[in-house]
Amino acid sequence: MSAPRLDVDHTLDTAQILVCCGSGGVGKTTTAASLALRAAERGRRTVVLTIDPARRLAQSMGLTELDNTPRAVPGVDGSLDAMMLDMKRTFDDIVLAHTEPARAQAIFDNPFYQALSSSFAGTQEYMAMEKLGQLKATGTWDLIVVDTPPTRSALDFLDAPERLTTFLDGRMVRILLAPAKAGGKAYFKVVSAGFGLFTSVLTKIIGGETLTDLSNFVAALETMFGGFRERAQATYDLLKAPGTAFVVVAAPERDALREASYFVERLAQERMPLAGLVVNRVHRTAAAQLSADRARAAAERLDDSGGSELTAGLLRVHADRAGVAVREARLQERFSAAHPTVPVVEVAALAGDVHDLDGLREVGADLAGGKAAAVPA
Amino acid sequence: MADFPDVRLHVVSGKGGTGKTTVAAALALALASGGRRVLLLEVEGRQGIAQLFDTPPLPYEERKVATAPGGGDVYALAVDPEEALLDYLHMFYRLSPNGVAARALRRAGAIDFATTIAPGMRDVLLTGKMKEAAVRSKDGRHVYDAVVVDAPPTGRVARFLNISEEVSGLAKVGPIKNQSEGVMAVLRSPQTRVHLVTLLEEMPVQETVDAVAELEAIRLPVGGVVVNMVRTPLLSPAHLAAASAGTLDRSAVSAGLSTAGVKADDALVGVLLAEAADHASRVALEERGRDALAGLQRPSYELPLLAEAVDLGGLYELSTMLREQGMA
Ligand SMILES: Nc1ncnc2c1ncn2[C@@H]1O[C@H](COP(=O)(O)OP(=O)(O)OP(=O)(O)O)[C@@H](O)[C@H]1O
Ligand SMILES: Nc1ncnc2c1ncn2[C@@H]1O[C@H](COP(=O)(O)OP(=O)(O)OP(=O)(O)O)[C@@H](O)[C@H]1O
Ligand SMILES: [Mg+2]
Ligand SMILES: [Mg+2]
Repeated sequence: MSAPRLDVDHTLDTAQILVCCGSGGVGKTTTAASLALRAAERGRRTVVLTIDPARRLAQSMGLTELDNTPRAVPGVDGSLDAMMLDMKRTFDDIVLAHTEPARAQAIFDNPFYQALSSSFAGTQEYMAMEKLGQLKATGTWDLIVVDTPPTRSALDFLDAPERLTTFLDGRMVRILLAPAKAGGKAYFKVVSAGFGLFTSVLTKIIGGETLTDLSNFVAALETMFGGFRERAQATYDLLKAPGTAFVVVAAPERDALREASYFVERLAQERMPLAGLVVNRVHRTAAAQLSADRARAAAERLDDSGGSELTAGLLRVHADRAGVAVREARLQERFSAAHPTVPVVEVAALAGDVHDLDGLREVGADLAGGKAAAVPA
Repeated sequence: MADFPDVRLHVVSGKGGTGKTTVAAALALALASGGRRVLLLEVEGRQGIAQLFDTPPLPYEERKVATAPGGGDVYALAVDPEEALLDYLHMFYRLSPNGVAARALRRAGAIDFATTIAPGMRDVLLTGKMKEAAVRSKDGRHVYDAVVVDAPPTGRVARFLNISEEVSGLAKVGPIKNQSEGVMAVLRSPQTRVHLVTLLEEMPVQETVDAVAELEAIRLPVGGVVVNMVRTPLLSPAHLAAASAGTLDRSAVSAGLSTAGVKADDALVGVLLAEAADHASRVALEERGRDALAGLQRPSYELPLLAEAVDLGGLYELSTMLREQGMA
């Protein structure tokens, strides 16, 4: 049984938003950049939103300035812009857009804001979505390719914004807001017995001063809550809109493919469109007819008979590679057996890292089944 | 003689997927062998240790997961921040985990808040548990001879361990501040080492080099570098050089294949030579990685790439190698 093949060029020519997801380190950033470059070289005005690209890749895409806006990538035969997400700055911009300057400054100075905007797990995902919404709203590009943050689980990308808004809507926040709202009276409506204990314990744990900081922070943010919720909802809807497609990236390994499985199932539940699965860094051999076992046996015969040491070595190199290829193929088959309709494409493991436009082109060509990025007729 | 005889708290970090959990578990087994008692702590809530030792998910309870060669026990605990917070409240405020106050806190989402959102709080709780386990004693003796932590990846480990810094902006006085200072004192002491796991690939090596600098800058004691999933070159140095230069002797290979009873057509020889060139460039990449790591001047240990994903048997194998190389 074999999976349908992902027609990457068709996707690149027709989609408006492509989101690259997958578990940590599988090649999301590399895939996003390769897809964007290929789309641009096929004639679409393209922008790629990258997240924490490796240093050398960032440099070769001209991503040296951290100004949170897309810049043209030099050396592209087409129109490609790229940017690196600056999560704190994106958050700051939302605050600025929703509050008058004096209040915004108070928010920026608050230690809880600083922590929330720079290190709360989920903020990065939320801000990536926020940025996507902004890029889309400008109407500047035919295609927006989005990379996603390096999380353990690809699902975090879909769950994190929800977590942030739940927190901002949460009971805890309402309690902290109560004194600001109703001069203290609301306390008793919001919470029942145990509240005295509650504040006293909280004061003990985090200290009175900290509690005040926190309360101020929450009060200041409150003006924006509606804004947060609506925006998160609007971007979430964008992910379901026609023209959006998800590309799930996985390494040919058990854990990564398992994550990919979860993600594919989740997308179906959410009715979000899946373009297909990219299996990245696969090992292939052009001499599959010589199996790992036969190659190893042949090498041993040479050892025993005092034959060519070089040939024995080459046979062992081949045996390792053929063994890996078979193992990877088996894992991939298992995925496709569970998800027989999901289109799949493989990208070979290159000998070194992918850190320049030529490397991205090579990955792009592999994604498209070995074709050069010819402009469609 | 082992390299870290006085260390009680071994923190294992490394780039994601390099084998932190595997190495932490192998190190715990190695340290336990010969009759010692070691606690393996997981702080990222993924039950990776339970999977590795093939036991059901760990409850919030220190529980024996393996017996070391020559006697000795490995206990494991997956530290859950919420439970750790209730622990902490219990310890410092005699607040019963099932009492009214704890329930009120829970209902209001305060526990969730404190453990996931209040910045630094989670790390204070987790590192607090590490320290507590490392110094815990009963009847004048340490309960554990060593504690091994399966720590967050290199990108986050310095921040994770540097909680006093994290907390100082938020809690200026009070128990959290005191607590974090106590933890820092242990982390910076000769009882602690942070070990780094890496592969011989560009990114993990770079992250290791960066992490060493980062940890040293905040005065945390770096221990050894564990190079994991090492593959031995399958060709001699001369053949590797010729393979990358494209000057391997085709006819010798062809003849060799015939001797070995493999039908030697041109296409096959071409493929083998190309695969050899790939192999040579990978070996060269690995050599560069080794050189960069050698520059760190840290004790270093190598673990081979095992044929299959690591199971319990593989774990014992790896732990023996760590012992033989003097890490434990
Ligand atoms: N096909 C490939 N062949 C060789 N190297 C590759 C390939 N794809 C990716 N890489 C390399 O693997 C490393 C990780 O890739 P990348 O940064 O794209 O992963 P990621 O999924 O974005 O990671 P993170 O989860 O950390 O964001 C990089 O060094 C990249 O150059
Ligand atoms: N020496 C080895 N030989 C073969 N496989 C190994 C070796 N070390 C680790 N592995 C395998 O590599 C994978 C990753 O290992 P492990 O889970 O220990 O990494 P990790 O750094 O803890 O990952 P994460 O960042 O996801 O927590 C596992 O499948 C493990 O079995
Ligand atoms: Mg990335
Ligand atoms: Mg792990």
